[in-house]
Amino acid sequence: MISAPFHLAGERLALDPAGVLFWPAQRLLAVADLHLEKGSHFAGRGQLVPPFDTRDTLARLAPLLRRYAPERIVFLGDSFHDGGGSARMQAADRAALLHLLAGREVTWVLGNHDPAAPDALPGEAVAELRLGPLVFRHEGVPGNAAGFELSGHFHPKASMPTRCGPVTRPCFLADARRVLLPAFGSYTGGLAITAPPIAALFPRGGRAFLLGRERLFSCAIGPMKHLALARPPLEATSAP
Amino acid sequence: MGTLPEPFAGWFAARGWRPRAHQLAMLEAAEAGQSALLVAPTGGGKTLAGFLPTLIGLHRAPHSGLHTIYVSPLKALAVDIARNLLTPIAEMDLGITVETRTGDTPANRRARQRAAPPQILLTTPESLALLLSLPDAGEMFAGLRCVVVDEVHALAGTKRGDQLALGLARLSALAPGMRRVGLSATVAHPEAMAAWISPDASAAPVRLVRETGGAAPALDVILPAGRLPWGGHMGLASMPEVYEKLKGAGVTIVFVNTRAQAELCFQALWRLNDDNLPIALHHGSLTIDQRRKVEAAMAAGRLRAVVATASLDLGIDWGAVDQVIQVAAPKGVARLLQRVGRANHRMDEASSAFLVPANRFEVVECRAAIQAVAAGEVDGDPPRPGGLDVLAQHILATACHAPFHPDDLYAEVTRAAPYAALTRRDFDDTLSFVENGGYALSAYERFRKLFRDSEGLVHPRNGHVVRQLRMNLGTIVDTPLLKVRLRGGPVLGEVEEWFASTLEPGDNFMFAGRLLRYERMEPMSVIVSPGGDGEPRVPAYGGSKMPLSTSLARRVRAILADPRQWRALPEPVQEWLRLQRHASELPSRDGLLVETFPRDGRWFLVAYCFEGRLAHQTLGMLLTRRMEHRGLGPMGFLATDYVVATWSAFPPGDMGDLFAEDLLGEELEEWMADSSMLRRSFRNIATIAGLLEKNHPGQEKSGRQMSMSSDLIYDVLRRHQPDHILLRATRAEAAAGLTDVGRIGTLLARIRGRITHRALDRVSPLAVPALIEEGREWVAGGAGDALLAEAEALVEEATEGAEHFTGMLGLDPTQPPPEPRPRQERRRRPPRYASRRLRQGVS
Repeated sequence: MISAPFHLAGERLALDPAGVLFWPAQRLLAVADLHLEKGSHFAGRGQLVPPFDTRDTLARLAPLLRRYAPERIVFLGDSFHDGGGSARMQAADRAALLHLLAGREVTWVLGNHDPAAPDALPGEAVAELRLGPLVFRHEGVPGNAAGFELSGHFHPKASMPTRCGPVTRPCFLADARRVLLPAFGSYTGGLAITAPPIAALFPRGGRAFLLGRERLFSCAIGPMKHLALARPPLEATSAP
Repeated sequence: MGTLPEPFAGWFAARGWRPRAHQLAMLEAAEAGQSALLVAPTGGGKTLAGFLPTLIGLHRAPHSGLHTIYVSPLKALAVDIARNLLTPIAEMDLGITVETRTGDTPANRRARQRAAPPQILLTTPESLALLLSLPDAGEMFAGLRCVVVDEVHALAGTKRGDQLALGLARLSALAPGMRRVGLSATVAHPEAMAAWISPDASAAPVRLVRETGGAAPALDVILPAGRLPWGGHMGLASMPEVYEKLKGAGVTIVFVNTRAQAELCFQALWRLNDDNLPIALHHGSLTIDQRRKVEAAMAAGRLRAVVATASLDLGIDWGAVDQVIQVAAPKGVARLLQRVGRANHRMDEASSAFLVPANRFEVVECRAAIQAVAAGEVDGDPPRPGGLDVLAQHILATACHAPFHPDDLYAEVTRAAPYAALTRRDFDDTLSFVENGGYALSAYERFRKLFRDSEGLVHPRNGHVVRQLRMNLGTIVDTPLLKVRLRGGPVLGEVEEWFASTLEPGDNFMFAGRLLRYERMEPMSVIVSPGGDGEPRVPAYGGSKMPLSTSLARRVRAILADPRQWRALPEPVQEWLRLQRHASELPSRDGLLVETFPRDGRWFLVAYCFEGRLAHQTLGMLLTRRMEHRGLGPMGFLATDYVVATWSAFPPGDMGDLFAEDLLGEELEEWMADSSMLRRSFRNIATIAGLLEKNHPGQEKSGRQMSMSSDLIYDVLRRHQPDHILLRATRAEAAAGLTDVGRIGTLLARIRGRITHRALDRVSPLAVPALIEEGREWVAGGAGDALLAEAEALVEEATEGAEHFTGMLGLDPTQPPPEPRPRQERRRRPPRYASRRLRQGVS
């Protein structure tokens, strides 16, 4: 796994192909949109989708924590799919999560899906987190007044044209002001970066980093000002 | 017997008719209380044969409540048959009540039908399934005497057929005295069809009535006046000849194989239409209104020709069709006969039909089809076993009707032919999937949909479960479609979402016989305006092509291998084959010819397998994987109905190894794991089984109602419970249908030790049609990562790292890639004009 270096406000950040961001100077790992217990949320509405999403998500997170050994974890919101999610976790999944968090400083940035702190889990819950020159929030704020920002919420995905037609992947999207993280949860779909709400965050374009198995694939994105208002996205597989 | 009772005999005599032998035989079966299957070609008075016993029975003994249910695969057919039945009922003053019930029936009439059912109810498999899920189904069907299934051949072996077969088993349980009657076109496996309609899944209790008579159809081939095309499938080169045939006949149906081809042929005919013949277009993506209008104009004799796809294969009897023209090879004999039977719906007269091959290979295929028709050979496979997804839906629907005991339901289900071989394990796993998801992790106890009472009876948990089932009932899962709407005007029809996603404002495309300019996207619709400049595209639709049938393929091989048979072929084709014999050799009847040759710095391999496009696509995937394992550096492949071809960096050598039977082992498993075809199957299966909600037309996806992507579910399920019942069902379905793995297995076994490898220094004449084929597939090593790396490097190189590059961002590759644009000739007349003319002709 080769991570891509990216500089924001003079800080060196590492974008990992698994879809997480590491800030070496702070030994901090940021993860967006886990949507834990989305499966059981659907089950409650009568759609008995496979209940393995929480354990699958945590199983993908575990090796990253081993690799980066962060002192601090920042979850960028929508960590649980709904307010009752943390209480619905299977005992084994809860134990796995506690094990992953043990000995680290944990910050739960609150999201629209999880507007309150999770039940009986360590860490503090905040609306946003400021650390050095950077601000961590769930949903990015358009414009330059927002500070240098790391955010999630939109589940960005992008397509690159290849000789076999376009290939779409979840992606990081970044410019000189902000980094938008891909959703990490196993049951999270994506929203095309050309969709108006994402385009509004990146009116002058930026650089997309598409997730690959071993590395990221980057491509420059032209200005998207016109898209911020124009046609609605064709398709989005899941609500951000 | 031998005669009809009065007033039926009189009614027949008054019209100058005599009861046909098969009509009397069906009557006899009814008197004996036997189920029956009538196999007869189109136009044999089949429907009347199916209904006569019911009419006579009701005339003799009054019956209150439902007496006969008629099930048709098409709503329109049910409506049409109802109309046709009312005539004899009125003329003989029988006083029998007939009504239809389909998705279009208004709610008040449906409610009335439940309270006071007609004596004869005409319906569709879906509406019947819905009726059977109602709590009062028992009372409604208790007195039912007979169920008539029309077009059995079009239902058996499909998911709709599975659902109907389960419904029939249910009906037999509710109405033990019920007889079953099947009406089928000529099929290759009448016994399997009889078993399908049978009350106990075996052919024994079913009386098989066969009507073979009727004049053999007169079939001929039309070739273009100019050069015979080497490749292509549209047949546009022959349109001048087709147009001449239209002029010379009363009413013609021009059948084509795909919707895109229908649009192109329609345009081509209009460009030639100096006589302003009323010519119309009919395919499944046009609005129902438009199709009905065309059908009505056809029936009223206001049209001279209709260009149609399979949308006109079944259904309404036109009466006055004088000739049928099949453009491009027919691919199967059964379908050809069905289409040819559309002309002259009178059995004693020969139907007249022309085949229009689109390229040289198709000339041979058309010849093979004519031979097969002359030999009375019909192709087609026996119906495949029933799908577990349909079973899951049926289990839930049964619980919604009334509590059941699993042992009883298992016994009932296995009396339906598609499920005769269902194991108790598969049944139990499917039941537990419906109950609580059937997952290895018992996380959903409190969300279960079914519960069992102290006597072991299974009930639905609550009303929500029941409502959800009724909303999602049915086995037709459509690919996401968007309406095509004229700006400020009507809806013209539907295109697939992925096609719409490739359009940029200002692009133009051909649809519904008009040239349209793409304006913008609105939720659920594509807004267009008339006209446009530049080369138009034609929307293509996934899965619309039917592969070459096994028996037709066998005949094609036999013709190629036997020079004496070439004399029946046109001279350019004979010459082509002679050239091939000189440059290489011809494929043999039972072996496999493989040619390899270098070209443009790559090594090509062309294998003449003749197993149909689906099988060749799968084979192409497997071959290139094996070539990768052998270090041959495969770069791509293409699959036609006749050949599979690959190109690679290094020359392929050992053909015995490449085409060994173990190709279906490791390589197949590997490929199946991330095949997009399996993902598509899984999506359909998960939807039918009730795991995913159906997309309801017109209902917008919004916020929280948004569904979860089936791909995410597929990946998680594969990692955590690879033997889950839905994954088992997906693999079974892919092996049976989409991937044609069965045909590959048969092929590999047949050719073992019989592979002829010709190492040539250049392309052979026989390989040319394949190599100019469009729609090549590339080998995507590492599932897209390699492609991304390449694209990234290319972009960096081309832009020298400049920061601004907007490619085709935002497209969704989970949809199939667009089909290549068919080449367009310059238009002589704007198509808009053509279709305006047409509308005047029709309305």
